[in-house]
Amino acid sequence: MADGNIGLWTVPLAVFGGAIRISTPFLFVSLGECITERSGRINLGLEGTLVMGAMSAYGISYLSDSPWLGVLAAGITGALFGALHAGICSLPRVNDIAVGIALMLFGTGLAFYLGKPLIEPTAARLPAIDFGWWSDVPQVRSALRINVLFLIGVVLAPILFWAFKTTRWGLLIRTAGESADAARAMGYSVNIIRLRATMCGGFLAGVGGSFLSLFYPGSWNEGLSSGQGVTAVALVIFARWDPMLCLWASLAFGGAAALGPALQSVGVTSGYHLFNAAPYILTLVIMIITCSPKRTLTGAPAELSITR
Amino acid sequence: MTAGVGDSLAMDSTQAARPGFRQRYGGTIEYIVIPAGALIGALAMFGVFVALFGKNPLDLYWYMYQGAFGTWFSWQNTLTKAAPLILTALCTALPAQLGMVIIGGEGALLIGALSATSAALLLQSAPPLVVQLAMVLAGVAGGGLWIMLAGGLRHYRGVNETIASLLLVYIALAILNHLVEGVMRDPASLNKPSSREIGAVNMIGSIPGTDVHWGFVFGVIAAIASYVLIYHTVFGFAARVAGGNVRAAKIVGLGVGKLIMITCFLAGGAAGLAGMVEVAAVQGRTNANLAAGYGFTGILVAFLARHNPLAIIPVAILLGGISASGGLLQRRLGLPDASVLVLQGMIFVAVLASDALYGRIGFLKGKS
Repeated sequence: MADGNIGLWTVPLAVFGGAIRISTPFLFVSLGECITERSGRINLGLEGTLVMGAMSAYGISYLSDSPWLGVLAAGITGALFGALHAGICSLPRVNDIAVGIALMLFGTGLAFYLGKPLIEPTAARLPAIDFGWWSDVPQVRSALRINVLFLIGVVLAPILFWAFKTTRWGLLIRTAGESADAARAMGYSVNIIRLRATMCGGFLAGVGGSFLSLFYPGSWNEGLSSGQGVTAVALVIFARWDPMLCLWASLAFGGAAALGPALQSVGVTSGYHLFNAAPYILTLVIMIITCSPKRTLTGAPAELSITR
Repeated sequence: MTAGVGDSLAMDSTQAARPGFRQRYGGTIEYIVIPAGALIGALAMFGVFVALFGKNPLDLYWYMYQGAFGTWFSWQNTLTKAAPLILTALCTALPAQLGMVIIGGEGALLIGALSATSAALLLQSAPPLVVQLAMVLAGVAGGGLWIMLAGGLRHYRGVNETIASLLLVYIALAILNHLVEGVMRDPASLNKPSSREIGAVNMIGSIPGTDVHWGFVFGVIAAIASYVLIYHTVFGFAARVAGGNVRAAKIVGLGVGKLIMITCFLAGGAAGLAGMVEVAAVQGRTNANLAAGYGFTGILVAFLARHNPLAIIPVAILLGGISASGGLLQRRLGLPDASVLVLQGMIFVAVLASDALYGRIGFLKGKS
């Protein structure tokens, strides 16, 4: 055992480690989108926000040598993109799905443009905590090297769950999502509630992007995100707009995405790309199973354009 | 950003003078002036953006014009780039008549390319004309079925078609990568896994006297046919009724499911044809190069043309010109190749924001 040859145990172990590593961006983007969608608006542009977050985190971490400043910069960039989305969507007769697609294109374009000089240099990375110190098997150790951002996300999910349920802000966001008229009747501006919710969502998506460039895979390049932002938006739908379910769903996605590389490491190479598509196929299958033409989804905010 | 254009035209004093003119053409003018204003606004924003990086915006516009429409060479380049854009834009514009937002044109393009390549490889010994016809049919069928899947999921299972079609893009790319690394792989392609070549005799070539391939003609024909279908047939009328109000359409007895399936098939078929053209006129084989983003730019073209198939042709030429000028911008101004993406993003954002202006500019106020 000690020589690192653990046979077929490599696969579940790599899937476990991969689930934790790969799920982190899914987790942050989906928690953010959960806040946004609960307020009654969908932001499909989080793919662009994720890539912008990854780029700005890498840039700031490179310039300042502090990865945490990079994470903060990614969050702020994300919040600005959220504000842009919310601002345009608050104009009359503007379709929030189309604005999302536009910001997806704009965000990726801007990130590639500004990030061109960042492909070469190496920036300071985010630290990881070594939970595998007790084992001398290298695979176990690497599977249990867990990044701090993942832990923050894990803590954030129950906090959000609690906040939606019991706090004043949580109630306001849900009211704006269930009935804009009710929120207006209470004397609140629906647009301002949604602006703040979309900015929070963008902040978290930006932070999710910083994980990509600062921890795993851990460098900036143009192929960094392959639709994680989009998948996370779909993930929120089958997590039923519930932050705790977002956590479990993100872990399942991470595990599914880790399956291909894990099988490849033990010599199963056929179908590698199909395994890569696993999260997308999974999302689609679960949407097919859980959707119905006759009723709206249980738990869906009534004001959300995609469920009406 | 479009306010400046609107203000200068908002001359309410003329309102009493020519009411007939405004009522008759106000709506149409509005559909031209507002997107054009958004486009100019986005170009201005992009000028400011490059100025922040120390480049002269006037040089930028000059090189963009030169690279897109300045010479016969750049015109040919522009039209070549416009061909797939017309076809992928139809993939968004046709379902839009039914009120559906389909953004998966890129996936249909890839599947169309795969099917067309498979057809060519299976029919290797057949005469070129047969192969080319088979490629067209296979490309249309492949792309059509792909988007029909998204439409069917929407109608029969209530799955949101926007997200489903987008997920299908990534699934299509995975299938393409799987096949070109597996059964379809040309052993000679070492660094970049590719399918076998379809063969020089089976390529569809260029319009005589030009370097523009036949895909442009396919695109123009498809756009005109779509226009006739939507505005001059019962089918198109039914589709627009269903797009306006599904309940009303059901009450008058329209088969909404059938409308959705046929429209989505035609939409995906157009994008699939774009994939076929990219294989049969440009690449000669299938590989990951085909995922060049034509599907996503097509969405922008469709929105900018307000989902009108005839308007798609000039808009696709315009955006084809912008992407054709990318190379020149890179060489002369040292801008990154992503600058075209930034500009496209700005145009898209400006166009959508300008939706709020319809019916608000006094002079342009039409029937709509």
